[in-house]
Amino acid sequence: MITRRNLIVTGGATLLAGCDAWSNSPILLNAEEANRYFQRSVTGRAALAREFRPDQRSPRFRTNGTANPNTPEYNALAANGFADWRLQVGGMVQRPLSLSLAQLRSLPQRAQITRHDCVEGWSAIGKWQGPQLEQVLRLAGLRDGARYIVFHCADVFGQRKIPYYESIDLIDAFHPQTILAWSMNDAPLGVGHGAPLRLRVERQLGYKQAKYLMRIEAVASLDGIGRGKGGFWEDIAGYEWYAGI
Amino acid sequence: MQVYRHRLITRIWHWINALAVLVMIPSGLMIFNAHPRLYWGNYGANFDHAWLKLPQWPGWLTLPSTYDLAGARHWHLAFALVLAFSLLVYLPWSLFNRHLQRDLRIRRAELAPAHLAEDLEAHWQLRFHDPADPKAYNIFQKASYAGVLFLLLPLLIFTGLALAPGMWPWLADVFGGRQSARSLHFIAMALLSLFVVVHLTLVILAGPFNEVRSMITGWWKLPEGEPAE
Repeated sequence: MITRRNLIVTGGATLLAGCDAWSNSPILLNAEEANRYFQRSVTGRAALAREFRPDQRSPRFRTNGTANPNTPEYNALAANGFADWRLQVGGMVQRPLSLSLAQLRSLPQRAQITRHDCVEGWSAIGKWQGPQLEQVLRLAGLRDGARYIVFHCADVFGQRKIPYYESIDLIDAFHPQTILAWSMNDAPLGVGHGAPLRLRVERQLGYKQAKYLMRIEAVASLDGIGRGKGGFWEDIAGYEWYAGI
Repeated sequence: MQVYRHRLITRIWHWINALAVLVMIPSGLMIFNAHPRLYWGNYGANFDHAWLKLPQWPGWLTLPSTYDLAGARHWHLAFALVLAFSLLVYLPWSLFNRHLQRDLRIRRAELAPAHLAEDLEAHWQLRFHDPADPKAYNIFQKASYAGVLFLLLPLLIFTGLALAPGMWPWLADVFGGRQSARSLHFIAMALLSLFVVVHLTLVILAGPFNEVRSMITGWWKLPEGEPAE
């Protein structure tokens, strides 16, 4: 029997289920590009993220995501202080590189005290130091047609052991605050925060700040990497690839 | 006896904005569920002092109805554009067509304690319209509509923008830091929710058919026995 209450409850449930199903509709997803366009139009591409004083840092910077990759390969690298670790730089570059931590430390450095904004809503402020990504990309020399920089990580995530990765476009790759940080709060990066090297791309959310970097790849398209959406969380959960908002 | 009460632009904006708010609040509550703690200042995370910790909002209040931060962000960040740009069109338009000056301007005499008390008493007796000028908004309507238009909606929009790491870096400073902006965003949402509840209650008490029709067609039936202006 159709009572009014049944109708309201069923109708409400149908409406809710309908809305849930619409959460990944193309109309909503187009807003990501609109937001990126508007943000970059009003702020300027090279506008700097806010930098803070040392006393404005979080007393305790929480870890998030993988706290320790804990794979045999990673553990072996960590066991001797990442002396055997090398950052591979490849893909669409003129000179593929293999850089040690010492080499990365000998490049011109940038230090910055910035706010890390998690997609969940919390923020933590810390000091990061390392060479600008631009320095490394200039050493390697991007080939014509390269449009994105992909960061491949040592950590594998979840039950299915999917490797973490992230990607940014060249606007963010050549942003002055985009650095490859080996130091956090004036100490070598700890395992919880991505030792030995993590990306800092300060005008985007936390999930873009890839930890445990192993390989940097210049590509023309994100198709064929992971599930093609440009990052681990983008592939798995549907987070926006552009995380400036 | 009917009077033309709401202009087309007001009606269009009202319903666009109503839809946007109907999406923004539930999707915002789902985003809040990802970290249901609020802080003051630039930073704030699990080890820092939270001024407000809430349990997660139930599924019937959130969009999507089951935990889905990414889906909620898709809704929220798409309808944020609808909310902001419709207000950006509506406010200057309403200044230009003199809706704001004519209908929302609060006159000094209306703020006199005696007048406020009188209007409050009339509200308790469910009389919402001045018999001498039934089309005019009463002081509580003016104050709440102006509060939503000039205070709550702009505050929601700008505190929301301040949360974006890619937005103007000074914007979060205006509100005392990103976590303060997030707290203010939540407080403004709570006040807007209160407005929606009171607004809908009064629409029902004032005669829902006549009120809703007037916001669709523009034409509003005068209360019985009251002369037109």
